[in-house]
Amino acid sequence: MLPTPSLAARHRRRPQWPHVPAVLLAPLQPLLQRIVRKVAREQPALFARLGPHGRSRFLIDARDLPFILLLQPDPVHPRLRALSRAAAVDCDTHISGSCRELVTMVDGRQDGDSLFFSRDLLITGNLEAAVCLRNALDDIDGSIMQHVCVALGKPGKMLWSWFCSREPLRGSECAAA
Amino acid sequence: MNRPELVCPAGTPAMLRAAADAGADAIYCGFQNATNARNFAGLNFTPNQLQDAVAYAHARGAKVLLAINSFATAGRYDLWQKAADCGAACGVDAFIVADIGVAAYIAERHAGRRLHLSVQAAASSPEAINFYCREFGVRRAVLPRILTLAEIHQLKTEIDCEIETFIFGNHGLMVEGRCSLTNYAVGISTNMDGACSPASEVHYDRNTAGVVTARLGSHVIDRFAPTEQAGYPTICKGRYCTSPRDEPYYAFEEPISLNLMEMLPALIGAGVDALKIEGRQRSRAYVSSVVTSFRRAIDAVVAGRKPELVDLVALTEGQKQTQGAFATKKWR
Repeated sequence: MLPTPSLAARHRRRPQWPHVPAVLLAPLQPLLQRIVRKVAREQPALFARLGPHGRSRFLIDARDLPFILLLQPDPVHPRLRALSRAAAVDCDTHISGSCRELVTMVDGRQDGDSLFFSRDLLITGNLEAAVCLRNALDDIDGSIMQHVCVALGKPGKMLWSWFCSREPLRGSECAAA
Repeated sequence: MNRPELVCPAGTPAMLRAAADAGADAIYCGFQNATNARNFAGLNFTPNQLQDAVAYAHARGAKVLLAINSFATAGRYDLWQKAADCGAACGVDAFIVADIGVAAYIAERHAGRRLHLSVQAAASSPEAINFYCREFGVRRAVLPRILTLAEIHQLKTEIDCEIETFIFGNHGLMVEGRCSLTNYAVGISTNMDGACSPASEVHYDRNTAGVVTARLGSHVIDRFAPTEQAGYPTICKGRYCTSPRDEPYYAFEEPISLNLMEMLPALIGAGVDALKIEGRQRSRAYVSSVVTSFRRAIDAVVAGRKPELVDLVALTEGQKQTQGAFATKKWR
């Protein structure tokens, strides 16, 4: 498990982001779309765990990023888009936490319930959809981040190296990449 | 000194593999339906997944225990029968049961298979446990978390089967198998539908001051200030305004986890046969961390060494831990 700073310290350091125009996010969209399609193609079993929530809209709010993400894990047409924080977004479930905590949870290295207990993770809206998504992702062996980064070629491998440099506990997975 | 079995949870096949790889001696799991007491959204195993999981566990020397530990209700008893038949066909090593009808069915149809008595049966007296042993051939009883170590020690001398005690996870002080709080609030039964505070009925709202309100159905069960730790959204761990107190307080029990790592030498010394980690609803990360820590600690105790006490508080509910009733009946 990763070391966690105190609750009070975590609340002190929440940033306030300026508005990011949609045009600046445009270069991210094809990359995000490629990521979500790859995961959907390689992990079809996760849709069974999502059950009726495969078409739900998950707003993923990494508090330390200047934009938000909207995920629709549709088995046929999965979508992942970056949106301005100022955008009016219609979603079923809102999941918020720090980027590091959300990534490590998706990667199976952080326990979602523990993040909730420590108030590092907040879910509003349809909780059942969020629980299904968490369970579906947690049932994937290994590191999703690693699979995704490696598939993105040289830039992805650089991104993975950067993740590894920030996560010393990753160890053998980094060596394997 | 006996070497107790380390019994670990698995809510998904990946969790089961993580538990086996981390050193579990046995792993318990359930099907994706009301036959087990963790019938939560997106959790549990299909028959095919269970079959593969049994093969994976057996290849690593670990057993698989199938929880069929909710109470069968009139008109749908066949669901529990099918779960037992399917589990037997998948090659599970034991069934964990609470319902006497289910116990009788397995004892008759799958006579060679071990039967474990679930904590859901809430059997805590020698008379109750021996009844299950005599009538259904129960080989192990999972004890409710309301007994002191001294009581467990005494009980061990008075019953005809193995003892399994919880060592980490949910504190669980309610008389298990009897709690109807979720049923009262939302019409779904923990004991017969297998879901305590189902996620479909839980809602969180955060106001502009950062205060989070937790609701189960239409009932507000807690409010957390921005710097307060949280617990599971269950009625038993909610805070309520009741006379004569002015402030909301934990009227039933506090969000806190059981952690008996320090007590392992005494538990093993008392003759406990199996040590259980709670948390099928958790994650691979939880299982890897907790199982690895307890594996090392148990091995150290059995080898006559002092166990290294690993800090697991980050994984506990409410970020608090207790030895609960195992240490004293005055735990609160």
